[in-house]
Amino acid sequence: MVLLQEEVRRLEAETLALLANTDSPEEIRNLKVKVLGKKGTLTALLRRMGSLPPAERPLMGQIVNEARNKLEQAWNERERMLEEQLLKERLEGERIDVTLPGLRFPKGHLHPLSQVIEEIEDIFLGMGFEIAEGPEIETDYYNFEALNLPKEHPAREMQDSFYISEEILLRTQTSPVQIRTMERQRPRLPVKIIAPGKVYRRDDDATHSPMFHQVEGLFVDRGIRMSDLLGVLLNFSRQMFGAEREIRLRPSFFPFTEPSAEVDVSCMLCGGTGCRVCKGTGWLEILGSGMVHPKVLAMGGYDPREVTGFAFGMGAERVAMLKYGIEDMRLMFDNDLRFLRQF
Amino acid sequence: MKVSLEWLRELVEVRQDAAALAATLTNGGIEVGSVDDLNAGLTQVVIGVIQEQGKHPNAEKLWVCRVGTGEKSFSVVTGARNLREGDKVPLALPGAQLPNGLTIQASKLKGVLSEGMLCSAEELLLETTLGERRSAGGILILPQAAPVGEKLAAYLGLDRYVLDLELYPNRPDCLAMVNVAREVSSLTGEKTHLPKWADTTQLPQLPLSGDIRVMIDEPDLCRRYAGLLVDEVKIAPSPDWMRRRLSAAGVRPINNIVDITNYVMLELGQPLHAFDRETIEGAVHVRRARAGEKLVTLDKADRSLDPDMLLIADERKALGLAGVMGGLESEVTEKTRKLLVESAHFEAVSIRRTGRRLGLRSEAANRFEKGVNPYGCLAALGRVSELLLRLGAGRPLGLVDEVGRLPAPRQIVFTARRTAEVLGFDVSARDLRLVLDRLGFSFEPEGEEFRVQIPSYRPDLEIEEDLIEEAARLLGYSRIPATQPRGGQTQGRRTEEQEFRRRLRHVLAGAGMDEVTTYSFVRAEADAAWGSAKDAVALLNPLREEQGVMRTTLIPGLLEVAQRNVSRHNLDVSVFEIGNVYLAEQPDRPLRRLPRESLRVAGLAAGKSKRHWLTAPYAHDFFYLKGILEEMAREFRLTFAFRPARDEPLLHPGRSADIYLGETKVGVLGEIHPAAAKEWVPDRGVVFELEVDPLFRQAGIWLKARSVPRYPGVQRDLAVVVPRGVPAAEVRERILELGGELLQQAEIFDVYTGQPIPEDHRSLAFSLHYLSPERTLIDEEVNALNARIIEGIQQDFGAEWRKE
Repeated sequence: MVLLQEEVRRLEAETLALLANTDSPEEIRNLKVKVLGKKGTLTALLRRMGSLPPAERPLMGQIVNEARNKLEQAWNERERMLEEQLLKERLEGERIDVTLPGLRFPKGHLHPLSQVIEEIEDIFLGMGFEIAEGPEIETDYYNFEALNLPKEHPAREMQDSFYISEEILLRTQTSPVQIRTMERQRPRLPVKIIAPGKVYRRDDDATHSPMFHQVEGLFVDRGIRMSDLLGVLLNFSRQMFGAEREIRLRPSFFPFTEPSAEVDVSCMLCGGTGCRVCKGTGWLEILGSGMVHPKVLAMGGYDPREVTGFAFGMGAERVAMLKYGIEDMRLMFDNDLRFLRQF
Repeated sequence: MKVSLEWLRELVEVRQDAAALAATLTNGGIEVGSVDDLNAGLTQVVIGVIQEQGKHPNAEKLWVCRVGTGEKSFSVVTGARNLREGDKVPLALPGAQLPNGLTIQASKLKGVLSEGMLCSAEELLLETTLGERRSAGGILILPQAAPVGEKLAAYLGLDRYVLDLELYPNRPDCLAMVNVAREVSSLTGEKTHLPKWADTTQLPQLPLSGDIRVMIDEPDLCRRYAGLLVDEVKIAPSPDWMRRRLSAAGVRPINNIVDITNYVMLELGQPLHAFDRETIEGAVHVRRARAGEKLVTLDKADRSLDPDMLLIADERKALGLAGVMGGLESEVTEKTRKLLVESAHFEAVSIRRTGRRLGLRSEAANRFEKGVNPYGCLAALGRVSELLLRLGAGRPLGLVDEVGRLPAPRQIVFTARRTAEVLGFDVSARDLRLVLDRLGFSFEPEGEEFRVQIPSYRPDLEIEEDLIEEAARLLGYSRIPATQPRGGQTQGRRTEEQEFRRRLRHVLAGAGMDEVTTYSFVRAEADAAWGSAKDAVALLNPLREEQGVMRTTLIPGLLEVAQRNVSRHNLDVSVFEIGNVYLAEQPDRPLRRLPRESLRVAGLAAGKSKRHWLTAPYAHDFFYLKGILEEMAREFRLTFAFRPARDEPLLHPGRSADIYLGETKVGVLGEIHPAAAKEWVPDRGVVFELEVDPLFRQAGIWLKARSVPRYPGVQRDLAVVVPRGVPAAEVRERILELGGELLQQAEIFDVYTGQPIPEDHRSLAFSLHYLSPERTLIDEEVNALNARIIEGIQQDFGAEWRKE
């Protein structure tokens, strides 16, 4: 019995020593079979228990079981340790340079003018305006006459036009959409639209392009006041240029509005204290506006004694230049990808 | 209009300095473009006295003077010979900037230090204001009373400030000093002190003369023709004060007679012209020119006239172009003894046409084009006769006055109620009274209303709204509050079409293309090559040849963008544009109706994607752009069919496709033909162009969702070998047909040529997905379907199953 007991102890110690030297799960498995398998060494010792006196058997069984449990525990431990180590090695081996750039999903860029026009549209849509459109090649009637600019009117010289024929020209302003919209909609009220689009004038230098974009606005209803114009444009300016913006009106002249006003917004760069961009005035001119001239309302089919309205027109390029700090208008139509990909 | 502050002060009280006055005017709606100090450079020019004069030791023709300025004295070298000791002279000290651009420095002249420069009248640009008499032969000699040491500018009382008004076309009245004075008075509340001749309703006390007859043959073009007859004319330079004011206004002084006519024009806004009476033969006619009639104008140009031009003529010859420029023959000269001074009112239309046709601009024409007070003719002649007498330039004899149809004086009813309604703040009757008083308009209050008499110098005031603007200007635009429009809420929303276009932009940008914006006008040849020459609309007056026609295709614009970018080494080009093309769709030129504007979307890709360490770059080729178009089609639930292109000579014949929606061709996609590409982009480029409207009409805006299949599908790969000429799409369609209802998808995942595939053949590998919504499919039925497909394809295309 003592002998057997000794043998169990020895086997245990030997096995533990072997286990400590295993360094793969496979070896552990092999060792396990060698010791605990059907033909395993411990199993063999257990079998030999039959040669012991029956009174000693239970004690012997207990000793063998203890050894078995102890070995199993050691095995598990070793197995876990090895797994952990392997995992650790694997993770170490899988290390990547996280500072390398990721896969590219190149997204294109919308032209700054598209973005600005969409933003202007969204602001006015939010104020209940609809979007109206009209042709870029227009008749003299819609571009001038119906806007209180009869033939030979000196104010026509304010805008040098591209002509197609004596009566057909590239529109010099989006204002003809005012007339077309009123004609289409009369007598329903309100007429409440903005009209973005391309316009053309015979100018070409650092601050003028022969093609540019305007956004026209028109709001005709009973009881529209010039103060409403100011309110709507103040709301627009704050959404477009920042909540702290103020605006002011200055007297101006447009044949199709009376009274007419130039609208300045407080400079978004210096906050109104004066800087290079606003030429020290604190104000930036952003659009022309006014109360729709009674003759224009009448041309559009509305009775100027019944309704009033305001209208405005802004240059999208100007807004984009102010918003993004673009200094040269020609960049807009140069289409250099290095410029466009900033937006 | 250049307004001399010195002159303005004679007509109105001005308490502000030039800069403040400019701000007041600008904020009041009369924009001041610039304020110039004409004396800016003259601050270092002082009055000196010649103390000694001696010969220059080293130069025959130079003199060395000692010039005193009171406390100091300077050594100055001069070449002038008209100096004597004790003369008072202008001395320009170092730092002075003379009007001719010369900056004075101390320097050695032939070895002698000159600490300044003695100036001639010319060098001070005073020749026009001081007369040649006193400066003839050299340095300007000032009167003995001139105070030594003082600044010359201050002593001479030279104009300092000139305000340059940039007038809107509605305010031609401000082309007259008296009306600028009225405007200043309105805006500042200061008093005008206008002489009586400023009042055009007061007629001059002059007899009518029978010496000359005037006939207005064109009463529609000439509303009034008045003339002043003058004899005992003595031509001489006009006085300094007049020359100075003319110069400040940008008008060159000539002689007393011409200067008086110009001076009165600047003062009152009425263009005048003086004819040499003795060159006029018989009656004066205001008539149209005869075709081919000739006239040599004052600028010595030989002008060929036509009947759209209005002439002043006598019974033999043309005397001048009415309201534009006089003739050389009837010009006032040194010998002139008698005058006819014309003060007439011509219609703007005729003046503008004449000026434009002859390329002639003049101060007179500028005023007539913009609008002249039709009642001002006689008052101006009254002022002329006053000045003639004052200057001793001639003796006024009497007037001729032929009156056509003058516009009736205007009255406008002006109410506080309407003013408040339009402006949006409380305006009282007292406010209106203040406004009208400031304007100096006469009015009668009638209950709540004011009946306002509009003076004839304000033709821009036609309706009550015009007076409301005057009220807003004078009360201040700053009084207008910000309010929200009353009335019901409205819903703002893009139309489906507008929303489609917006999304189209975003889809293409989302797929990696950059949006560009190119000009709508392009070079005619480039447009004709890619577009529709017969539909092209040409501009009558393009800025340059390469912007000569309205585009009928977007492609040339994109090619230009690509070319420009490639030349700047931006090589990974993938751009698109959404914009109109303009199609005449009518044979008539000039057009009889507006062209059709049709929205297109076009794209161009060239080069390849940027290099990346993880993936190989992909070429911006045919399949790159096709993939983007397919992505766009999926986004809008459209089904494009791509068929080999026909009739696209600028595209690669083997690499181009017509794009169909159903049976309608909506666009084209293809590689630029190598022959054409040489001209456009250095490497291969691919373009597409599509009509937007049919896409929008076919697009599935409303999504109908399908539920997830309840039974698993079966996946099979199938490779077929077909002759190379057979389009893959055809094979795929046939496979789908043969597969029947259960075959849900057939996607090409590999295309292979080379061993062991026979030459002229290729292998197309399809991934097939079978699915039944009702049950789980069993292998046998899928195998049977696969077999049917192989058999069918073999039969139709001579294809065989590619055995692995």
